[in-house]
Amino acid sequence: MAEDKTKVAKVEKKQKVVDPVEASIDVATQEMIARAQELNVETVFDRALTMKPCNIGVQGTCCKNCSMGPCRLPLPKAGIEGEDERKGLCGATANTIAARNFIRMIAGGASAHSDHGRCVAEVFLSAARKETDAYKIKDTVKLIAVAKDLGVATTVEVNGEEVDRDIDEIAVETAEVALNEWGKPEGELLYLKRAPEARYEIWKKQGVLPRNIDREIVEIMHRTHMGVDQDYKNLIKQGTRAAIADGWGGSMLATDLQDILFGAPYPIQSEANLGVMKEDHVNIIIHGHEPVLSEMIVAVAQTQEMIDYAKEKGAKGIQLSGICCTANEMLQRHGVPLCGNFLQQELAIITGACDAMVVDIQCIMQNIANVAKCFHTKVITTHPIARMEQDNVIHIEFDEHHAIEDAQRIVKIAIDNFENRVVEVMIPQHKAPIVAGFGVESIEYHLGGSFRGTYYTLNDNIINGRIRGVAGVVGCNNARTRHNNDHIIVVKELIKNDVLVLTTGCTAIACAMEGLLTPESAAVYCGPGLAEVCETVGIPPVLHMGSCVDNSRILLAATEVVKAGGLGNDISEWPVAGSAPEWMSEKAISIGHYFVVSGVYTVFGVTLPTSGAPVFHDYICKEFEKIYGGMWDIEPDPIKHAHKMIAHIDKKRKELGIDRARERVLMDMASRQAIEA
Amino acid sequence: MSKLVAFAAIQGGYKVVSQVEGDLINALESHDASSKVEFPNTAYYLPVIYSLTGMKCETLEDLQKPMAFARGLLPPHIKGKNNLPYLGPLLDAGMAALFAYEVSEAIRIFNEPDFYIPQEDPDIDAGKIWVGPADDTILRKRGVEFVDGSAPGFAAIVGAAPNPEIAKMIVEDYQRKSLYIFCAANHNGRTLTEQCLEAGMQIGWNTRIVPFGPDISSAIFALGFANRAAMTFGNVQPGDYRKILLYNKERIFAFVNALGDIGTEWAVAAAGCVNWGFPTLADTDIPEILPTGLCTYEHVVANVPHDEICQRSVEVRGLKVTVSEIDIPLAFGPAFEGERVRGQDLHCQTGGGKKQCTELVKMAEMNEIEDGEIEIIGPDVTDLKEGENFPLGIYVQIAGREFQPDFEPIIERQIHHLTNYIQYVMHIGQRDISWIRVSKAAMEKGFSLKHIGVVLHAKFHQDFSNILDKVQIKLYTNQEDVDKLTERARAEYKARDERVENMKDEDVETYYSCTLCQSFAPNHVCSVSPERTGLCGAYNWMDCKAAFEISPTGPNQPIEKGECIDPKLGQWKGVNDFVFKASRGNVTHYNFYSIVHDPMTTCGCCECIAAMLPMCNGVMTVGRDYAGETPCGMKFTTLAGVMGGGAASPGFVGHSKYNITQGKFILGDGGLLRMVWMPKDLKEELKERIMKRSEEMGLPDLFDRIADETVGITEEEILPFLQEKDHPALKMDPLVG
Repeated sequence: MAEDKTKVAKVEKKQKVVDPVEASIDVATQEMIARAQELNVETVFDRALTMKPCNIGVQGTCCKNCSMGPCRLPLPKAGIEGEDERKGLCGATANTIAARNFIRMIAGGASAHSDHGRCVAEVFLSAARKETDAYKIKDTVKLIAVAKDLGVATTVEVNGEEVDRDIDEIAVETAEVALNEWGKPEGELLYLKRAPEARYEIWKKQGVLPRNIDREIVEIMHRTHMGVDQDYKNLIKQGTRAAIADGWGGSMLATDLQDILFGAPYPIQSEANLGVMKEDHVNIIIHGHEPVLSEMIVAVAQTQEMIDYAKEKGAKGIQLSGICCTANEMLQRHGVPLCGNFLQQELAIITGACDAMVVDIQCIMQNIANVAKCFHTKVITTHPIARMEQDNVIHIEFDEHHAIEDAQRIVKIAIDNFENRVVEVMIPQHKAPIVAGFGVESIEYHLGGSFRGTYYTLNDNIINGRIRGVAGVVGCNNARTRHNNDHIIVVKELIKNDVLVLTTGCTAIACAMEGLLTPESAAVYCGPGLAEVCETVGIPPVLHMGSCVDNSRILLAATEVVKAGGLGNDISEWPVAGSAPEWMSEKAISIGHYFVVSGVYTVFGVTLPTSGAPVFHDYICKEFEKIYGGMWDIEPDPIKHAHKMIAHIDKKRKELGIDRARERVLMDMASRQAIEA
Repeated sequence: MSKLVAFAAIQGGYKVVSQVEGDLINALESHDASSKVEFPNTAYYLPVIYSLTGMKCETLEDLQKPMAFARGLLPPHIKGKNNLPYLGPLLDAGMAALFAYEVSEAIRIFNEPDFYIPQEDPDIDAGKIWVGPADDTILRKRGVEFVDGSAPGFAAIVGAAPNPEIAKMIVEDYQRKSLYIFCAANHNGRTLTEQCLEAGMQIGWNTRIVPFGPDISSAIFALGFANRAAMTFGNVQPGDYRKILLYNKERIFAFVNALGDIGTEWAVAAAGCVNWGFPTLADTDIPEILPTGLCTYEHVVANVPHDEICQRSVEVRGLKVTVSEIDIPLAFGPAFEGERVRGQDLHCQTGGGKKQCTELVKMAEMNEIEDGEIEIIGPDVTDLKEGENFPLGIYVQIAGREFQPDFEPIIERQIHHLTNYIQYVMHIGQRDISWIRVSKAAMEKGFSLKHIGVVLHAKFHQDFSNILDKVQIKLYTNQEDVDKLTERARAEYKARDERVENMKDEDVETYYSCTLCQSFAPNHVCSVSPERTGLCGAYNWMDCKAAFEISPTGPNQPIEKGECIDPKLGQWKGVNDFVFKASRGNVTHYNFYSIVHDPMTTCGCCECIAAMLPMCNGVMTVGRDYAGETPCGMKFTTLAGVMGGGAASPGFVGHSKYNITQGKFILGDGGLLRMVWMPKDLKEELKERIMKRSEEMGLPDLFDRIADETVGITEEEILPFLQEKDHPALKMDPLVG
């Protein structure tokens, strides 16, 4: 029977296949691409070779918002001389079209993060109301911190004395207030006040304070409808509002509520790459984004009952691992190893050892079902909003009220499938040790311990020049670039120049596989200053800060730096830059935009869908700096990409007056008396 | 290489905590759990534990709590490869070990009550060389030096130098820089303290070489001292660990020197000190930790040569120490002030009841004197035989465009400590009762009387450059000249005293502020009037006036009294406005002459604290030298703990000793006649002045009616005495009404 299945997917005619070494810098990936070719299984790498991207879409100037089009406004080959006379049927200019498309991408990305956040908030409310046995509140310290930021009282007055409020009460009210953020009829998002005061004032002045999370997305869809908003500056303003509602709203709530439910991450050791799979174990790979699913599977897979069941079926145990951000979520809280990033999802199945690939939402390629047909792998979709048309896909809807039962069912399917392996197993023997789990809270602890924990330690080393600056390097994989290549070159160039890197998402997994998430890598790759600080704290030079919704952690860490003092009053004032070298998803555009309008200079690799509208492009890449202190940039060459970031960091150092060696100030009595209380 | 340090220190943490846990179990097995455990005469329990956690350890049983806390702080061991971050865990392990060390010292004092000699100076002859934890009296007395900058910081030195000569070199280097040297721990059984003794140095709080104890655990006393300073002077609340530690980082300029091989137990203690912002400098080749942040600059610096360790330490800590370079063949500095010249070391002396010794400073016209002229008229000490006494008259003439006769006594008072700052020379007293003892060691170094003149000339120029231009000094050693000078000086003293003593608050329109201690007590501001000297006893109105002239932007600023709001209690609008601003809005107003109604704030370095005794309808006062219980139910140290740090507490007020007999002393509440209790020593010290003042108030025998600790230490005990003596307070209006 398996033979038949293999045949189904076999490529009919001999097509061009990719050179594995050209396709990826990762040896495990190269080996698996070769293996796929050996088995005649087509992957994304091959398709990237045969299908070229649309030249007009790439420029952002194809409008298909009404049926008079699609109207295509590519840049003339010779460029534009004189006035830009390109127009759609309705008269929409290239700027209008590019801006509309751009903010629709923001809407797509913001809704992905925020809908994820809503789902977590709903589970959190069930847990707070004790309507589910599966989910409980794990991190009460974080609950209290979040409650305070959401304006929920954490103490009550009893007989004139202030005492701690009942934790269950706090939880329920926090959940209700949080959930209200998605659709409240008036006011503004509560978390906006978490940003530095100066930043909040800029948003207020620009009129971009989001009212609630959903509304801003809806308004984007309205404004970009045929014949509504036709001013690129006004369009991007709404994009800004929706992006802020993502970064400082939906994503941030997702992160916080996940931390409360499942625990804020603390540094933890693990491993990364396809080599974490074990031939003699039941391999369950969880792929997607929401820890609501993976948390339960982690819990169930570790029960003795399931382990015994696996042994009954001839396996030595159960090996869980993850792909994409679910991998990051399981890693940062439980140390579950990373199987791979976005472009490795098909390859994990091609090992022949993946007994089940359990998926929920976002970044799941439909082709995994085709690949799975060549093997015994069960592809299980779990989310009502994310199903697949192929008939070999099993759908088990995951519901927080029956979470344990659902998880048990899924794990059992995987175990039962262990004995069905047909194709010879080939797991590449490559994996790297890693340390992950850096949250805002754990970084603070590790910069000074229980008594002196403070971001000031970081600031001080930025001021003294050991650390030149900080970069957030995040984002996806993109089959139009060599897998992981740009991530790694950018990151290595940054740390070589003493820039500390914070990373999330698929970039984080790329760095993990490259060995950059080990403390030992500091001495190998870093400039002397950064290496010394890493050695002192015992950290890797690249800090894994979680999944892509956890980019909100980077915003908060950047804010903590501002609060710790000595580096200006706003995120835009201190030496920090952002980057997404291999981005591909709409989420990346939303993230990029909320970083930019939070004051961060942000460089994207690959391409930016604004090149067909130079005026709009310059507006967000140049004019934006005057408005928000942060701006977009595009640089596909990874070395130049890194150096653009470093140049920005140096510019900020100069503005702060920390571009030269710090003087050693020796305090005499008069200067001591002058110390403020 | 921080990883090696973290690895070793965390191991040390486990070792120390486990060991002390064992000691505690043994103690609990052999003694009653409720047995009392304490450091001598302190209101701060085990001060490091109390200050950082708020835990009050009073019994053996109580010690279990900090030990459990310490155990909980111990982090996992550091893995060889792919380790988790260790800076936070390292600092936590350090803290765990320090808590354990403090408990360990408490157990030691419990088991061997005589191990330490709880006083300023050790008793070397009796073999008691370890002074142990400083009590609160020492803390306050020495704390003032940290406040006013005469002690810029302290070096906590653990271990021992390679030999006594090097030990002496290092320690003297710190003494010259006026730092305190806190000694603890031993290296292969040898201690720096014993090396200093071998090198013939005097040790004790008086020479700033403090022999805390022979083990690394004794180093905790240095941190206990620092944290009590934060609570006493900085008014940081116990348990507010972050604030206490940051106070230390910003305001207490301390560091560690590790002399000798560093084992895990030293390493973990050094790690603990980083929590305070105190770096470690070592003379051995250990891994360095140079990035900054928790400490102001580097955290661990290694391989420091002995002849550089002092300078490097001060720089690494970010401290600026001004050393007076004075051209004399002996070391010079405040650290030598407390040094004594004992009988067997004496070469010659003047004053002290043997021969007359007199000091006089007088203003001169600019053209009358030559700056820097120092003349010995008569024989020098080099002409004297061992054991001889000689008469001496020190006559200083000062000229300056800004100089005023009012400054003469202020400058003259400097002669005492400046002469005392000379190593191997001792100075006691002032005016015509001065007494100078010169040791054999001084003579060996080439001391001449001329050097006293060199010191005075140089220091007067350094410290008072704004008000003087020329200083000329004559040193008379012929009996006839000395007698003549003494006669003239006595007439001067009399005239001066009368001028100062007769000066009333009403006579002046300007008071002076004193914010000298804001480096320590950021909210406190003293106001000094002619009849209310500074509560630390160091500054009277005239001093402040001079200080302002000398340093117009300094801590003493003129306050225009302005409109009088309450003449009886002593409140002025101008003062209120000033205080509001200088206290950064924390204090809106206070009264100069009342203990009951909005009394003045207290910084924590006051000489005495007065408290209301409601049952006796009077007040008591207690000085910081008296360690016993008092009728208000609190010892001095508890009182100061309650009041210090710039807080105003009705019913209590801090004041100087001298103030007790000044005309306005709590005059709004009835004045000195309210005084019902004082410690005997204080009472005796002020006897003459109390009698004089009470006579002025119409009750010449008040002195005999004031109770002291021999009468009682509760209100109930002293009340019958007061009734029998018909104390005036009993018949006065109710104090609170």
